[in-house]
Amino acid sequence: MTARAIAAAVRSGERSARSVVEEHLAAIDRREAELHAFNLVTGDEALTAADAIDAQVAAGEDPGPLAGVPIALKDNLCTTGIPTTCSSKILEGWRPPYDATVVERLSAAGAISVGKTNLDEFAMGSSTENSAFGPSKNPHDITKVPGGSSGGSAVAVAAGFAPLALGSDTGGSIRQPAALCGVVGVKPTYGRVSRYGLVAFASSLDQIGPFATTVADAAALYEVIAGYDERDSTSIPEALPTVLDRLDEGVSGLRVGLVTELCQAEGIAPDVATRVVAAAEALSAAGAKVEEVSVPAVIYGLSAYYLIAPAEASSNLARYDGVRYGLRVDAPTTGEMYDRTRTAGFGAEVERRIMLGTYALSAGYYDAYYGKAQKVRTLIIRDFEAAYERFDVLLSPTSPTTAFTLGAKADPLAMYLNDVCTIPSNLAGHPAMSVPFGVGADGLPVGIQVMANALDEVTMFRVAAALEGALA
Amino acid sequence: MASLSREEVAHVAKLARLELTDEQIDTFTPQLAAILEHAADVEALDLADVPPTSHPYPLKNVWRPDVPRDAGVRDAVLAAAPATQDGMFLVPSVLGEAP
Repeated sequence: MTARAIAAAVRSGERSARSVVEEHLAAIDRREAELHAFNLVTGDEALTAADAIDAQVAAGEDPGPLAGVPIALKDNLCTTGIPTTCSSKILEGWRPPYDATVVERLSAAGAISVGKTNLDEFAMGSSTENSAFGPSKNPHDITKVPGGSSGGSAVAVAAGFAPLALGSDTGGSIRQPAALCGVVGVKPTYGRVSRYGLVAFASSLDQIGPFATTVADAAALYEVIAGYDERDSTSIPEALPTVLDRLDEGVSGLRVGLVTELCQAEGIAPDVATRVVAAAEALSAAGAKVEEVSVPAVIYGLSAYYLIAPAEASSNLARYDGVRYGLRVDAPTTGEMYDRTRTAGFGAEVERRIMLGTYALSAGYYDAYYGKAQKVRTLIIRDFEAAYERFDVLLSPTSPTTAFTLGAKADPLAMYLNDVCTIPSNLAGHPAMSVPFGVGADGLPVGIQVMANALDEVTMFRVAAALEGALA
Repeated sequence: MASLSREEVAHVAKLARLELTDEQIDTFTPQLAAILEHAADVEALDLADVPPTSHPYPLKNVWRPDVPRDAGVRDAVLAAAPATQDGMFLVPSVLGEAP
């Protein structure tokens, strides 16, 4: 049952929120041990929230557009009194004293959290294998990764544990796991969704966004979480256009650009490339004008990202020092306490990125690495601007391959290459989403990435809806 | 530039306040070198006339009235800390450390 169907049934009194939650908790019981989507399932809290929704309906009140809809929250979103670990030992046992803005908005809309989902530690990774609590498994084939870093959220939706989930996307961490698990994943425009209460990884790139099984469900969730928030200084004040009522407008006359550099990037598998061509043909058949377009600077995206994101991370993660929250390893002096706490608390990938960022920002290397990467960011934005003068949306694969085998990418650089198609939109701050479009040679899901200009989520969602419709 | 030495890695670890073992430094050195080598394409670009972008949108200051209010979370924040005393975070000795 889709999120929108559940909400309609609960609002009309046709179904109780309690029965909806019980059904999803039962689904979790059946497969969670095998899939490890969650760091924590909050069943009791969910049932209490469901009863409150049912009481509202009984009293003739409207509990909101997502009434009674179960949702899974990535475990880097703060939830009052409920452990928020970022899948890191350094935050084990920490209970935030406040809710993220998105969590507040979900409650106000009647959605019910069923738990906190697994991720690569501090959202650094593309497979969830960097979680301190062990990897999540792809529900289509448990020998494969679900992607990452929001892998647990993608698994929760793909396995039917919840019709909706939230993730965060710094370099593809919503879109790539959505593609690998065969669900819809959306990274909105930077600033559209408040980051207040999202544990920071790379602040100029991080954005919260939806997972869902359908484009309409993703749009419904987007409408609830997006909008101005005074508690995030990078929140966009512009009014938020509605999306749901525009989804059926079709793509007739829209100009769609196939990004040459991303469709031919290093490591794009032939079966994935075939699906992108099929998607282009489907849009063309639906009346869109599809052409190839060159966005030359995106070939530097990966290099720029793996300097900028670690640099920002090395600064953001300086706060984990054993003083105010989380783990502390005792030592005779404060300096030694810092060193021992951080060394014991962080996993290898987080240490690697902190090291890389510290190096890129250090005296003598700042201009050559971090400074250059920031200038490349300007080039990428300029090239996108030129492309969006001629095209309404841009198309590419989401991930170079279908889901790969657990443990197959032990080399950090090999893992980073997964993000080649998703990174450019983060560097530019533009919206982008992944929509499932068939399967690869191995029978596993393939995602198509739809990118749009800043603030133009509406057109992006319309194109995604057309792709979804073409498969139906 | 991409040839990163063990000594540089050990120095960066110190700056980042990480206590790495010799074995970890041995692992990280070639890994970080490979990543920096991949970034050599960026390092090689001539971008003298290109302004840097630190943020996707121009950041402007956000103002609000300076009205004192109770955030209501002081006790909860202190309760989450490893050690506190008299409403403050408690840490081990700070004096006597090497600079």
